[in-house]
Amino acid sequence: MNNLEDLKLREVRLRAPLTEDDIRSLEIGDVVFLDGVLFTGREGLYSQLFDLNLQPPVDIRSLSNVTFHCSPAVNELRPGEYHIPAVSATASFRFDKYIPLLFERYDVRVIIGKGGMQKEIYQSTFRKYGAVYLTTVGYGLGALYGRGIRSVKDVHWKEELGLAQAMWVLEVENLGPFLVECNAQGRSLFEMANAEINQRFEKLYAGLPQPKLKRLGEVTSPTCEVL
Amino acid sequence: MIAGSALYQTAVELNRRAAICIPEDARLAVGQLCQRETHSLSRYVLEQIMENYQVAVAEQRPMCADTGLPRFYAKVGNEAVVEGGMVGLEEAVRRATAEATAAIPIRPNRVHPLSRKDQNNNVGVHAPTVDYSFEPGVNWLELTVVHKGGLFGGDYRMLFPADGVAGLKRFLLDSISEFFRRGMSCQPLVVGVGIGGTKDVCVRLAKEAACLRIVGDRNPDPDIATLEEELLELGNSTGFGVMGLPGDGAILDVHIEIAYTHTGGMPIAIQHFCFAHRRATARIGADNSIEYRGNPCWFTPFYRRESISFQPA
Repeated sequence: MNNLEDLKLREVRLRAPLTEDDIRSLEIGDVVFLDGVLFTGREGLYSQLFDLNLQPPVDIRSLSNVTFHCSPAVNELRPGEYHIPAVSATASFRFDKYIPLLFERYDVRVIIGKGGMQKEIYQSTFRKYGAVYLTTVGYGLGALYGRGIRSVKDVHWKEELGLAQAMWVLEVENLGPFLVECNAQGRSLFEMANAEINQRFEKLYAGLPQPKLKRLGEVTSPTCEVL
Repeated sequence: MIAGSALYQTAVELNRRAAICIPEDARLAVGQLCQRETHSLSRYVLEQIMENYQVAVAEQRPMCADTGLPRFYAKVGNEAVVEGGMVGLEEAVRRATAEATAAIPIRPNRVHPLSRKDQNNNVGVHAPTVDYSFEPGVNWLELTVVHKGGLFGGDYRMLFPADGVAGLKRFLLDSISEFFRRGMSCQPLVVGVGIGGTKDVCVRLAKEAACLRIVGDRNPDPDIATLEEELLELGNSTGFGVMGLPGDGAILDVHIEIAYTHTGGMPIAIQHFCFAHRRATARIGADNSIEYRGNPCWFTPFYRRESISFQPA
């Protein structure tokens, strides 16, 4: 299947943590909704775990194998009691160096985020561990995703990292929609989209000048990605 | 005199409206794009975006959890008198930003760039900024708040006069290639283009063109208006729909603003204002009446004046 128009947009509802069978059953373009437990994390958490090599404040393996690259909009109703009306993903590509460690040390197998990751890491790491990447839709669907947050089970490293970077452990119900961007075989929805669009896109450059003033370190072909 | 308390209360309410309520011009434009879209995956995404707008208002949830960087634009009437002066205004909007961050809530996004210290209230050094413009012959003050992300979707290039419109087109396509793939700019969006001025001025104009003009608005200069339509058509013929998926286009409008520039150069900047189009405006009268307005009307004839003295039409 090479044309995105052939995708079925099959809706799937799964419970987190996901089983290996759940993960292997996911196909590019499936629309996923989740129940169960997941935890949030981004550069702040990864720095604590992998740059500073700190012990996590909780046994991550016992929580879930699903993590969400995001920060919630949150209010603290009473000390220790939180309400999250909205949540939106953050771009995942910049966390690539931490992903092998996250899979290896903490058995994470599902990444939810914005925009997917580099194809090199899909091939080298997602395939190896049988992991999948689910992309949020849109991406600023804060209200829709906020609806799926049933409760805050816990928050870790809040003082050290601040509200936006802390590790939130969330109980979710029908949280979604997420699109399967990378399946356990390392195939990527965005790679297919780029291949389909590039043929037409490149033609629009006919007759347009190269910039006279170059910048060091830039990619130079319009069909390349900048990440 | 415009009271500090009116400024504060208006600024809190503007933050709430911006965070939760999609402006009518953007909602209509995204709805039209959704109806026109012939690719099923892009259309599915647009339908989810429309539903998110509706859920945000119905359930009073922020439409996007990424607050971006809240900032203010103040259009100050030349005859306006503000309690505490501009220092009073700046304190009122800082206080309002901290209050709105906790009350709505919006995510405390603003951190020290090096230490990453977060005061958890979206306030800090140069945060939030207030940009000013002035309006002759009136005694009101208009305040606009914009919440906009900032990691992707903006770029700058020094072009030269010989590059002309072709160079501009290339820059538009390059910025689409950079930021439309994977939907990094959160398309559909409004493209703001700043041409001329100095490096910093063209970036500022691009931002204001993207965030402070409504969809469908045209530059009053007919040549620039034609260029806006030309770039809109070019930008929507790339094959990109939303999220970098195949589609019929992901640009809601193109707005161009110009500034007189160096005789040897043509600096240019592009800014993308995403579909979580968080913008709200109010006019505060000298009698402290408050009127919420759908159109920020930031680019007035006075703001775009070309002559030494301003002669109203």
